Amino acid sequence: MVEWFFGYLAGATILLSILVVLGRNPVHSVLWMLLMFLHVAGLYLLLNAEFLAATQVIVYAGAILVLFLFVVMLLNLKEEMRVRQFTGGWLFRGLIALGIIYVLRKGLEGFRVEFKGPWSIEAVERATHTKALGQVLFTDYILPFEVASLVLLVAIIGAVFLAKKRLRS
Amino acid sequence: MSLFEFLMQPGIFDMVLNIGAIVLKIAVVIAVAMFHVAYATYFERKVIGHMQVRMGPMEVGPHGLLQPVADMLKLFFKEDIIPANADKPVFYLAPVISLTAALSSLAVIPFFDGFVIADINVGLLFILAVSSVGTYGIILAGWSSDSKYSFLGGLRSSAQVISYEVAMGLSLVGVIMMAGSLNLTEIVRAQEAYPTGMYAVPQILGFFVFVVAAFAETNRAPFDLPEAENELVAGYFVEYSGMRFALFYAAEYIGMMIMGSLAVTCFLGGWTVPHFVTQALPLLDRVPGIVWFLVKLYFTIFFYYWIRATLPRFRYDQLMGLGWKLLIPLALLNILITGIIKVTVH
Repeated sequence: MVEWFFGYLAGATILLSILVVLGRNPVHSVLWMLLMFLHVAGLYLLLNAEFLAATQVIVYAGAILVLFLFVVMLLNLKEEMRVRQFTGGWLFRGLIALGIIYVLRKGLEGFRVEFKGPWSIEAVERATHTKALGQVLFTDYILPFEVASLVLLVAIIGAVFLAKKRLRS
Repeated sequence: MSLFEFLMQPGIFDMVLNIGAIVLKIAVVIAVAMFHVAYATYFERKVIGHMQVRMGPMEVGPHGLLQPVADMLKLFFKEDIIPANADKPVFYLAPVISLTAALSSLAVIPFFDGFVIADINVGLLFILAVSSVGTYGIILAGWSSDSKYSFLGGLRSSAQVISYEVAMGLSLVGVIMMAGSLNLTEIVRAQEAYPTGMYAVPQILGFFVFVVAAFAETNRAPFDLPEAENELVAGYFVEYSGMRFALFYAAEYIGMMIMGSLAVTCFLGGWTVPHFVTQALPLLDRVPGIVWFLVKLYFTIFFYYWIRATLPRFRYDQLMGLGWKLLIPLALLNILITGIIKVTVH
């Protein structure tokens, strides 16, 4: 049963990603991407990561993609539709893609389906995923977490600074 | 093995029974919600009518009680008009997204003790996630109609909903911290165990931010700029008619009820009554939980209408300023205070 769900979600994610790139109308592309994000959230649910699934929808579908849609809607769609979507150089790019796939394949060989440390599946289920994630994030990984938030803060301040600079001149 | 034998296997039988029970629950909840939508419109017209010293609807049935039925019949038989340059698939899809998103939020709301369609651990986040998907219905309706009015309405609405979603999410963090859970049933239970019986009292700051944000999220007055009739005709759904218009209308009212139910479950104690009240009046303990839930919910719905009849509409820059410069800092302050109290008490 789980394999079927995974097969559907993974297959749909790949298919929808291709549709995002192939679509001529940018608004339709954004919609395919929305569907894709929902399927990725489904993959998280399969992994018992309900907090991540909800956050995936809230952050990616609810905030980031809406901003995408905002920008795309303000484009001149009639001109956008006439722009060539694909540029040449297929051979070179194909080689790079194959190289990336090879590296990922090699990386996956070291992957083992076994758990070390205190957070086994049962332990996560007992504590509920949200609590487990919070505890790990704010104890063992507090430094990376704070560094990530600092990076985001820098980006926000930078954006505000750039916008204000243009306002003054 | 025949189909019957297949179904009669122990594991399969339980599964079928489970699915049947869930489908039945969903059907009941949707039917009741739709009935409430119909009569919420009647209630709104009556309340606003009386506040403006008018009678409101009086013609269809006694005191106009059958007005919603007449409205529904009219909407069914109206011509379905689609603008010539509309992006048809998206135009068809937009109202469906709006209504589906609104209806699926009903799945995690505990109406009374033990009655909730999906008792999931991240119920509160689920509602926030689904309502953020609902925004797409509004934006896409505005964009696909190929009309300037609906486009501007859609832009305004999406900007407003995104801005106030932040304030709303942050205002609920205080409740989550106090209850220690994202599960709505457990939040209600935690309130029952709390001395005041509801979180509206210690979380008054969060409650204030939540209520203001809920008005903005549902595009209701005084934040109904996306539908400002004297500027934009009707906002994002100008070009919709007949049943498609009715879908948007239903989505808006169900959205109001979801926000009302969220206020009831997170701040007003859900289906429970505070203990000091039942101690003073033991008779009230006999009243079933669903009654309390509905009484509180109807009060929140009435509050929407009351505000609509009282306050004038905000200007757009005032709306944005209020959201970003007042509500979000207040919600953050609320989190800080709740955190300090929680750390010092323990």
